[in-house]
Amino acid sequence: MRPEYDIVVVGAGPAGSLAAQVASQQGVSVALLEKDGEIGIPVRCAEATSEVDLQRLIDIQPEWIANYVTRARLFAPSLQGVEVPLPSRGIILNRRLFDSGLAEVAARTGAEVFTKAYVSAVDFSSQTPLVTVNYRQEVKQIRAKIIIAADGVESRVARWAGIRTQTVLKDIESCAQYLMGNLATVTDSIDFYFSSRWAPGGYAWVFPKGKHVANVGLGVNCARLNNHKPLALLDAFCQELLPQGTRLATVVGGVPVAQTLKQIVADHLLVVGDAARQANPVTGGGILAAITAGKLAGAVAAEAIKKGNYSAKFLLKYQREWERTVGRDYARFYQIKEWMLTLTDDDLNRIADSLQQYAPGDLTLLTVFKVALTKHPRLLWLALKLFAGYN
Amino acid sequence: MIKVDQELCDHCGTCVAVCPMDCMLLSENTLHIVAEQCNGCSACVRVCPLGALIKIEKIGELSQ
Repeated sequence: MRPEYDIVVVGAGPAGSLAAQVASQQGVSVALLEKDGEIGIPVRCAEATSEVDLQRLIDIQPEWIANYVTRARLFAPSLQGVEVPLPSRGIILNRRLFDSGLAEVAARTGAEVFTKAYVSAVDFSSQTPLVTVNYRQEVKQIRAKIIIAADGVESRVARWAGIRTQTVLKDIESCAQYLMGNLATVTDSIDFYFSSRWAPGGYAWVFPKGKHVANVGLGVNCARLNNHKPLALLDAFCQELLPQGTRLATVVGGVPVAQTLKQIVADHLLVVGDAARQANPVTGGGILAAITAGKLAGAVAAEAIKKGNYSAKFLLKYQREWERTVGRDYARFYQIKEWMLTLTDDDLNRIADSLQQYAPGDLTLLTVFKVALTKHPRLLWLALKLFAGYN
Repeated sequence: MIKVDQELCDHCGTCVAVCPMDCMLLSENTLHIVAEQCNGCSACVRVCPLGALIKIEKIGELSQ
């Protein structure tokens, strides 16, 4: 670890690794710091994403993919289900291999990667930010012209630069997940269960990783938690629907279902991924968002280094690019999430009932959405507002 | 006053994201609460997926 780098990236998840990769490709010096001992562990993720969308962003390695899925089954609280084909093939990732693979690519482009490197402070008040790192029982200090905060939902780096990151309860889901074995999975389908019994304001999921193994989890909207604990709710869900399943691993975590932070840059700082609350507010999916943001931030940071301009004003280019590419869509999705929070179990059961008239294969996600709206006509105005001019 | 059950805590950081007073300190393997900064809002207690955070009304007394 050197005493000085052009860029320090805090956190080696997908956002951090892509930022480090893209910046070091431009020939600037980059340190990528990961607090955990092994990149990709623990896996706090349900691991599903879209193959084509991911392919547009990175070269996918075959070993990163655990399974392919082509359809989704959505279950109402009554357990009446509807099946829809996915718009394009989905993949269930091996995040453990995926994350370490992405960090390895960053290292190959020249970034220096450090694990067990915990950033305990960043002083933004000095001319060049000073990063304090606890690394192998030692406290090190590094100067960096630019900091990229990719430190996840628990991010504090942005706060040290004066950005308000505190998230209100309705904009975060509290989640629990088992990696579960001894199942007879439907390997080509991702399953979603909507019910206030198991996941008030969210959903439970079964994402198959193989013939017998799946990620089984749920996310509860924090404003609807009352005194429920997601892990206890997950136990109830598993007991009822997957009693034969065996728990191979347990993970918990918070998933932002928020709007992107109003401010994702400051002097000498760019904020990316969950730290910036960049995730799809409807699904909670954050992989594509994190990679998109990481790439944009890495490119702008490298340009800033070359031009010697680390001001928020210059770095705002990253924020504008984010808003133009993904942020605008996510702002619409946020409105849909807010609408979904108004649906009761009865509403969901009625929607599932009306969808039974469609032959399997005729249903698309858009039909589901349309039927949902006709059952909830007062919300039609929202759909008009959202989709006017949206293609 | 908020107490952490260090045995139960998985260091997922959900509490850090919602704390309005920035008093949850997640270091490598411990969650520490800066009591002087805490306003007692209990957002952290509500969002913890595991129930690893407990609000204590008075010293020695556990609240439900």
